[in-house]
Amino acid sequence: MALDVFAPWDDPDAKPLIQFKNVTKRFGDFTAIDDLTVDIFEKEFFALLGPSGCGKTTMMRMLAGFETPSDGTILLSGQDMAPVPPNQRAVNMMFQSYALFPHLSVWENIAFGLRRDKMPKDEMGARVDEMLRLTRLEKFARRKPHQISGGQRQRVALARSLAKAPKLLLLDEPLGALDKKLRQETQFELMDIQESTGTTFVIVTHDQEEAMTVASRVAVMDHGKIVQVATPDAIYEAPNSTYVADFIGDVNMITGTVRAEGAQLRMTWAEGQPEIVGETSKTFGKDQSVHFAIRPEKVSISAEKPVDAANAVQGQVLDIAYLGNISTYHVQLPGGQVIKAQTANNRRISRRSFTWEDSVWLSWTATAGVFLEQ
Amino acid sequence: MRRFSWFNATALTLGFAFLYVPMIILIVYSFNKSKLVTVWAGFSTKWYGELLSNQAMLDAAWVTLKVAVISSSIATILGTMAAYVMVRAGRFHGRTLFSGMIYAPLVMPEVITGLSLLLLFIGLNVDRGVGTIVLAHTTFAMCYVSVVVSSRLVSFDQSLEEAALDLGCSPFQAFRLVTLPIIAPAVISGWLLAFTLSLDDLVIASFTSGPAATTLPMKIWSSVRLGVSPEINALSTIMIALVTVGVITASLITKQQAVRQRREEQAADRVS
Amino acid sequence: MRRIALILVPYLWLLALFLVPFAIVLKISLSDLAMSIPPYTPQLDLAAGWEGIKAFFSQLDLENYIWLTQDELYWKAYLSSLKISLIATALTLLVGYPMAYGMARAPEEWRPMLLMLVILPFWTSFLIRVYAWMGILAKEGVLNQFLMWLGVVSEPLVILNTNIAVYIGIVYTYLPFMILPIYASLDRMDNSLLEAAEDLGCSRFSAFWLITAPLSKQGVIAGCFLVFIPVIGEFVIPSLLGGSKTLMIGKVLWDEFFSNRDWPVASAVAVVLLLILIIPIILFQRNEQKQREAEG
Repeated sequence: MALDVFAPWDDPDAKPLIQFKNVTKRFGDFTAIDDLTVDIFEKEFFALLGPSGCGKTTMMRMLAGFETPSDGTILLSGQDMAPVPPNQRAVNMMFQSYALFPHLSVWENIAFGLRRDKMPKDEMGARVDEMLRLTRLEKFARRKPHQISGGQRQRVALARSLAKAPKLLLLDEPLGALDKKLRQETQFELMDIQESTGTTFVIVTHDQEEAMTVASRVAVMDHGKIVQVATPDAIYEAPNSTYVADFIGDVNMITGTVRAEGAQLRMTWAEGQPEIVGETSKTFGKDQSVHFAIRPEKVSISAEKPVDAANAVQGQVLDIAYLGNISTYHVQLPGGQVIKAQTANNRRISRRSFTWEDSVWLSWTATAGVFLEQ
Repeated sequence: MRRFSWFNATALTLGFAFLYVPMIILIVYSFNKSKLVTVWAGFSTKWYGELLSNQAMLDAAWVTLKVAVISSSIATILGTMAAYVMVRAGRFHGRTLFSGMIYAPLVMPEVITGLSLLLLFIGLNVDRGVGTIVLAHTTFAMCYVSVVVSSRLVSFDQSLEEAALDLGCSPFQAFRLVTLPIIAPAVISGWLLAFTLSLDDLVIASFTSGPAATTLPMKIWSSVRLGVSPEINALSTIMIALVTVGVITASLITKQQAVRQRREEQAADRVS
Repeated sequence: MRRIALILVPYLWLLALFLVPFAIVLKISLSDLAMSIPPYTPQLDLAAGWEGIKAFFSQLDLENYIWLTQDELYWKAYLSSLKISLIATALTLLVGYPMAYGMARAPEEWRPMLLMLVILPFWTSFLIRVYAWMGILAKEGVLNQFLMWLGVVSEPLVILNTNIAVYIGIVYTYLPFMILPIYASLDRMDNSLLEAAEDLGCSRFSAFWLITAPLSKQGVIAGCFLVFIPVIGEFVIPSLLGGSKTLMIGKVLWDEFFSNRDWPVASAVAVVLLLILIIPIILFQRNEQKQREAEG
């Protein structure tokens, strides 16, 4: 039985809900969004990820209607959004500051958008109660925003923006104000709510873990451009550039020149060191300068030279970072390059296998890392 | 807990004595039987009786109240609009001139404001009276209102308005349903400030009023220029009493609200 | 469009009732006194068309301004206003600083009450607060009675209708304007700074001069301008408490207008007064801006 995977972006017949077509946004001399084209599909949980100032918030504000593109078009269900003002878009937004109206109760905050639509009283009451149930806020309906905790405020903001059943919900750093533990719980709550309501979510975040956890696809942005759009595992395992590799998670980066040898690539990177052997689907020219990126957890550390490893190098332990569940070893190679290797601490640490100054071997398989042009 | 040092205690005692003893003397002498303010001749409330039967004084008080209520109300509307323009309207032609005209009346000597308005009214051949005083008071009071309201608007989270638009409000609805209720305390203090300034003003009213309208400060002025009078002492006592009661009530209300809000916030934190 | 209406209403109001009147003052200051109604010439005769406008402008001159420099009454009044403002500002600072300091160092739960006590007089009538001193400073007034009862003086002191009474009146009425900004700057100050200074070997007194005083500088400057600028044009205080020798420009302007009915000269006096005020106003604004930048 084939698993029915949700991947409309691989289906050439699927109609996107949102289309950015060559969109550019300039503020004076500053280009916030630079000729950007991307499709977002119905029921997707789409994450815009990037450092502050990369243009992700501008993209979201253009979807909400608070900014208009300088060039290009944004289509929602095939319709050009440019002439539609924010109060007439079937798009709702959850603000980073939550923007809860301080003078209205939780109930009134959630009902606010429904009242604007002139929804009949009993229907509106039912809808607000449904939202309160969905976000587990029934007990707090009559409280004012300053009378509830930060986590509850976050849920009110979510309930308010979902109440009008928008085609598209925009979430601007929705969990930024919560502490780490609450944030992790809330991430799963958000996914549940997204799934049960079937709404398309676009989330803006600078927290890569959050993006990886919640999103069906992640768009990594830099300087107004999308560098890569892919599923979280593809972004992590097959980044298309050193920027993405470096932005998502921890990575070792080695620079050298390559030559192809059958299905394998061999990279020369330092004198006196064996070539790095790897596999790739991309083709590189002979002696082209490339970067080899490998995650620390894919590098094994051992006292003896492993027998059948595709790649093995020797070095000296420089530093050990003990993080509880894992330890990261910083190993310096004879040429000065430092490589990080991670091991899981699946035993209580009564005696460490390696300590500072120890001479160790690092090894990895031919498929562990990726070669990147830029 | 911190205590007063002897230096601070002395500075504060002397300072507040300087601020309040003159007013206390004023109040005490309003209950003096003698017409001579300098000689204490026993307790009496007769000056209050005389004040209340002084029709000219009562008329002046009525004119002042009328002028203050009308001018501070118009000034509050115009000042709030001006504040909104200053903080939110972005760039437009003549913005520098506009902000200049908002701030200039705050530092303009009253004699100049009064003189210039009088010359305008004469030039236009307008009958001077309650109307012209209202126009004058509205103009300088709106600048104070706009300063008070704009300082609140600056700290106002603009995403609240955007949230209202996002949920389907027109810009005007967003202002009425979200912005206005939140900035209301600043608007009210703006109104109170405008009201007090209007009640208090002597110079601008003297320039811009005609023979038909005399305000209370003008009446007091013409009386005190001739010297101290127990009737004015009685009037002053009433005005000081009203202001004191008003200010104390207002501060008690705001203090109570602050305490309640803090208690509720603490309760909310405990729940989470 | 709504936005345009929102801008236009207050804009036009201020143009009509602030800028235009001031332009009229400027224009009349360039006109000549005349025995007519209104009592100045030339009058703009638009009915005469372009010729009328040309004739109008050709009759404007700086005569009144020249007159201001020639009659020593005026420049003496300007100088005397500046001198009185300067001395009164210094006196207000002398009284206000210790009070602001005492308030900022008072126990936390006292501060709101002390603050209210400073603000309360501001809400009561200015005129009445000045008037209160008339009964105190008069020859047979409360102060003289008290001093004679104490035996400090045998003859009553003459204070009312002198510059001393004017100084007392100014310090009294403008004190809150001095205290509030200084208090605000002292209240913001982190108390651990003083502890650090003492920890590093300062005496209490030198800690004040080296830490507190420089950090409250912005508040002191703001307070001084808030007193200095309005006092220059002050009219009520010199009229009620000052004597015939007290010369302040606000009072001169009033008399010129109401007693002498010389509108052109009164207008010229007003224009020059404003020119004098521009310098301290610009300095004040610069100070405020610096403070805002310092706060980020």
